Amino acid sequence: MTTTASERKLRENDPFVTQFEPFERAGATRGPAWVFPVRKAGLARFAERGFPTTSDEDWRFTNVAAVGRLPFRLATPSEVGGRDILGTTPFATHETDRLVFVDGHYEASLSNVGELPSGAVVMNLAGAIAGGVGDLEHVFGRHVTGEENGFAALNAAYFSDGGYIFVPKGVALLRPVQLCFVSTGAAAGVATHPRNLVIVEEGASATVLETYTGLNGVGYLTNSVGEVVVGDNGYLEHVRFQDERVEAFHVGTLHYRLGRASRCWAHSLALGSKLSRVNIRASLAGEGLEAVLNGLYLTRGEQLADHHMVVDHIRPHCVSHEYFNGILDDRSRGVFHGRILVRREAQKTDAKQTNRNLLLSEDATVDTKPQLEIYADDVRCTHGATVGQMNEDSIFYLRARGIGLERARRILMCAFAGEIIERVQDEAVREELDRIVWVRLEQNPHVKTE
Amino acid sequence: MSGEAEQRVLESKRRTVNGEREVLRNERPMLEIRNLHAGVEGKRILKGLNLTVKAGGVHAIMGPNGSGKSTLSAVLAGKDGYEVTEGEVIYKGMNLLELDPEERAREGIFLAFQYPVEIPGVNSTYFLKAALNEVRKHRGLTELDAIEFLALVKDKMKALDLREDFLKRPVNEGFSGGEKKKNEIFQMAVLEPALAILDETDSGLDIDALKVVSAGVNRLRTPENAQLVITHYQRLLSYIIPDYVHVLCDGRIVRSGGKELALELEQRGYDWILNEVVKGS
Repeated sequence: MTTTASERKLRENDPFVTQFEPFERAGATRGPAWVFPVRKAGLARFAERGFPTTSDEDWRFTNVAAVGRLPFRLATPSEVGGRDILGTTPFATHETDRLVFVDGHYEASLSNVGELPSGAVVMNLAGAIAGGVGDLEHVFGRHVTGEENGFAALNAAYFSDGGYIFVPKGVALLRPVQLCFVSTGAAAGVATHPRNLVIVEEGASATVLETYTGLNGVGYLTNSVGEVVVGDNGYLEHVRFQDERVEAFHVGTLHYRLGRASRCWAHSLALGSKLSRVNIRASLAGEGLEAVLNGLYLTRGEQLADHHMVVDHIRPHCVSHEYFNGILDDRSRGVFHGRILVRREAQKTDAKQTNRNLLLSEDATVDTKPQLEIYADDVRCTHGATVGQMNEDSIFYLRARGIGLERARRILMCAFAGEIIERVQDEAVREELDRIVWVRLEQNPHVKTE
Repeated sequence: MSGEAEQRVLESKRRTVNGEREVLRNERPMLEIRNLHAGVEGKRILKGLNLTVKAGGVHAIMGPNGSGKSTLSAVLAGKDGYEVTEGEVIYKGMNLLELDPEERAREGIFLAFQYPVEIPGVNSTYFLKAALNEVRKHRGLTELDAIEFLALVKDKMKALDLREDFLKRPVNEGFSGGEKKKNEIFQMAVLEPALAILDETDSGLDIDALKVVSAGVNRLRTPENAQLVITHYQRLLSYIIPDYVHVLCDGRIVRSGGKELALELEQRGYDWILNEVVKGS
């Protein structure tokens, strides 16, 4: 994409650019010397690229112009007071090591990390950067560079905080780690830029839950970036759960870098937000690894949920499976873009992609776009997408056994969502997600018979 | 409640007290189909069908392909898309055609499907427990919890040779043809319907499975319930012995008789009856 001089001029006056100076002056960029250039570079990239537009092929179906029109307001640390913030979040009663971020800022009083195996680190990223923990200078920004899109660039410039999880070689975390992001939604346009870094070293294993919820229903923005590295023979289950307020905007950019013979279960659930977009890139960088990208989106009203995936088969003998189901009601929209790239060297690749959509209303729409780009000759790649209504034969079968029409519809809807939730490996996590999704679908007024 | 309905309730209560089954047999029939005309997608299929089924009776409906056998079972179970243009169906004194499929099921009508539907993602235990509790609720019985339910179904599963993990699997998903048919009869055993309609239950069964399924059906036979066995072939009727055999041709029952009629059909085929009907008309 080329940028004209006038467009660049315009962006130089964009508050998302001009506000960097006051942000810097306010001391938000204090810290080790390497951080400031990272932020400056992110800002420069954003000034260059701006927010994506629908003329960008990767953003054809998702118009983010409304995000660009938001007033520029960086979220400041909120007074948590005695507010019951955790009560509004999923997994609140689960035994996890929990880091809580309110409006993108670490809230120690709500966080709780128990005893960890030797060498493991679970802490807030800003704290790790300030304290010189780990080799962050050389790890940070390596996999999400800001070149991906304007949002990732903006995150590099303005990131506040997020989770830092480090699991050293051969170590298994005992409990899931929860990175719990809560937006208070203090005013329209308030933006948080969470930043997460997860490193699971060779032969290590971890379960990470990343949740996004909101308190007040205004047009706030969450723009998160996550960098995830799994070493050789490592194991990671990562659940990304987005249930923002329905007035909010949510963009996430995630990069999984996976090593030889590793296994990675990456789940993405999108329930909330007026507009949500999750960019996932999985780099299959070692031989014989297995990656499952598993996702569910439930939309209604005017919601739009967009998943944009790139699975990059770099090395041979890797298996990648993508399963995404969507249930769409009212005038809501779903977008699924799944690109599978098989490089010349990646022989014996086994890549499978499925996107299934259940439309509950005649006005709901889905744009689904598989894209295979194959340079190796000995591979197996399949993809399939379906968009449809509920199966009438199944409904009749249930009714013929005495189950009412409304309940029959609910059962089938939950089964459709259940296909995805079933793949969650951690039993307690799976049950909680099942419960949340069940309750959400139960509330759906459109299964009721007229 | 209408006076007539009230009268029936009283009668049924009296029946339970006295256990007078003979009286029951001679009372009002369980199912009366009168001059039924029905079709699908504008096509006329049933053209004046009459049939009366009393409690305790096993009726076989036989007929060649396209005679209307599947339409009859679909209309009785309440499947969408079938249009009744004339006639009536009275079930236990109610106008059956006015009831939704689930209401018919709760009132005791059970259709064993010719092609049971696979429902991925719906656990068999969950499904059958939900169905049973809907039926029990309707009959004024308490709902069963998971433990009570499992206790109830365990023996019934064994009787039908069903594998132990069967209840943990999604409904019919990946089942063989025989397993699917066994599952239908298993559901029938659990739901204890008053009127069971077995639609081509023998199709796709090998002889061993046929014996197991038939034995299952026969065990469920009581003086209080009735069975409508719909089949193309006589084979099934060697195992499920009917009291009555009806021949369905071109949407009407053209001949009724005892179980020997089925054997005659097996030996001579359907053509001779068709010819007689043509001659007689």
